[in-house]
Amino acid sequence: MSALKVKVTAVEQVAEQIKHFTMVAEDGSPLPYFSGGSHVVVSMDIDGRTHRNAYSLMGPTNDNSAYQIAVRKQEKSRGGSVFMHEKVEPGTLLEISMPTNLFSIHRLAKKHILVAGGIGITPFLSQITDLNRIGHDYELHYAYRSAEHAAFREEIEKLCGDKAFFYPENETGRLNVTELLSKQPLGSHVYVCGPDPMVNGLELIASELGWPETSVHSEKFLAPASGAPFTVSLLQSNTEVVVPSDLSMLEAMEEAGIDAPYMCRGGACGRCEVEVVECDGELVHHDEYLSDAERVAAKKILPCVSRANCSRMVINL
Amino acid sequence: MNMAFNEETFRGDFTFRNSPESVRRFPYPFEEDEYMYSVNIEQHTSGEPGSVFEHPIDVDEHYVAECKERAIVLSEDHTRCVALPHMMDAQWDTLELVMTSLSESYPSEFQLTIDGDNWHWVNKPLGIEDHFVFGDVSTLPMEPFEYVMRQVQGDWVVMDQRDNDLYADLGMVTGQADWSVAFDAGMSFKEWHAPVPHAPEMGIFDRALKYLLHLQYGSPVRRTNWRMCVNPRLDTSSETYDVWGTDNVSATKENAGDKVFLRVELQALFRLPRSNAIAFSIRTYMVSLADLATYPRWAKRLNRVLRSLHPDLAEYKGLNSFKQPVLDWLEPLDDGAFLEKGVHPE
Ligand code: FES
Repeated sequence: MSALKVKVTAVEQVAEQIKHFTMVAEDGSPLPYFSGGSHVVVSMDIDGRTHRNAYSLMGPTNDNSAYQIAVRKQEKSRGGSVFMHEKVEPGTLLEISMPTNLFSIHRLAKKHILVAGGIGITPFLSQITDLNRIGHDYELHYAYRSAEHAAFREEIEKLCGDKAFFYPENETGRLNVTELLSKQPLGSHVYVCGPDPMVNGLELIASELGWPETSVHSEKFLAPASGAPFTVSLLQSNTEVVVPSDLSMLEAMEEAGIDAPYMCRGGACGRCEVEVVECDGELVHHDEYLSDAERVAAKKILPCVSRANCSRMVINL
Repeated sequence: MNMAFNEETFRGDFTFRNSPESVRRFPYPFEEDEYMYSVNIEQHTSGEPGSVFEHPIDVDEHYVAECKERAIVLSEDHTRCVALPHMMDAQWDTLELVMTSLSESYPSEFQLTIDGDNWHWVNKPLGIEDHFVFGDVSTLPMEPFEYVMRQVQGDWVVMDQRDNDLYADLGMVTGQADWSVAFDAGMSFKEWHAPVPHAPEMGIFDRALKYLLHLQYGSPVRRTNWRMCVNPRLDTSSETYDVWGTDNVSATKENAGDKVFLRVELQALFRLPRSNAIAFSIRTYMVSLADLATYPRWAKRLNRVLRSLHPDLAEYKGLNSFKQPVLDWLEPLDDGAFLEKGVHPE
């Protein structure tokens, strides 16, 4: 997979627990352009182990001189966000993937409703520059706990003018999604990024209100779940890999030098899907990708987030 | 490199011809004596120097003539260029892809100078030089997609990605075998591929679509496809069937060597950066049976492939009306000797 070598040029604390990173190509050349909603996967060397996290690109899409991401320090971090917060400083060299978009705007939408919760604001910061440039109608609704948690509020006001609405929970209470969605014109699309309960809640309300599934877009980056260790036997590569409790199947295979496919590393894209040939226990799916029927059939697994309660699994890789 | 471009036609007197060098680099598609339809997608990485895979977008001796042919088709029927309004970002993306690729691969023929949004483009073979502002349509003589498509070989369709599918919403198709962009515009990936016999039930398109939805920027892919035709006519679209339909019955055992062509499409797919759309280029290479037979193993293998081809596939590939004369022409060249696997000429 092609990768980019970048150098961090600025690190800024922009809200409680949120840091903003700016990076440029290590050799000073322009970076690839990207579309609003894209993410990159950042590779980090944590104690000799490669750890990879996906972060949304939040800068303007028409600027290829630098990339910007924002990282929230997670309470239950598996190391990635803590590493970004504590070890990365101006001058740090990192390797990132090419931008990939799993959360792009729908170019036939009549109107775009963007709903962000907390750090979920990041993909919208790039989407907005696209929407402004192509002149589409949109509204941005940004919910956060309190003023100290509101990252990028000034930029948003500058970019969106009266199209932005803010919901500090401690002042205005929760954003009323039912009210928001029920007054939108036919042909609107809604995009949501934020904590799981917010995303799930919005999806439920939209479907109850009769919004077509294809008009509702969400982005969640799931962290891989931990669990009991098990052994994976790779049919084509003819090797066995032990998956410890604190690594995902994908990470364990990468540690073992297997070049396994991936894209989002968050159970959303399906790129890492592998065929399960045999399993002496039960698959535990954590992804957002497989259908219920596929889960029941137990013939596929997404190793970036899912694992199994078993002692041994055979996969076709 | 200084390129020599053929003066030739793809209609009327059909003066299209391949130099020996061009025959040698022909992307011969048959690895084995039997042909099965497959997705056969691979990374579109740089291939051997001199091969059609050397550069992301290949330019060869037919470049100038093909661009002229395209201009003729467009002047007769401008619906060959379709651009739905939501594809403007994709138009600029395509322009950037073609211009950067050509200028990097063939610096003596094409030059691109970028100063912020001010771009300067020089196309020596076609005698074009323009200054324009990237992103500002009014600074080009026509919309960016049409502008750049008039300067590249092959047909291009740019697909918008939405609703977990790909839609052919931007395209220029002037040299295509048997289909038309005016007809296919707006269609989804599966609708578009519906006519391939035996393919849907194999789940091929589900898999191909899934794969393409995850195509990544910076990692283009390619595949080849083939058919045959009588006369080196690029424009065999459905709209002009009345013009070329009768070609097919004009092949005989005697003239097949010069009149019948193996036609290989090199299809490449590129993810585009600003629009997240996917550009699908279909570049056609044609070679007459006589030229192809300058490499005996190519002729032998073609004979075997055609003889064992499933009748449904033969019909889909439009071979039925001239398959017999072709086989009669090839038969004496095939001594039945064992051929090792591979597409190489000798
Ligand atoms: S990498 Fe995207 S689902 Fe696993």
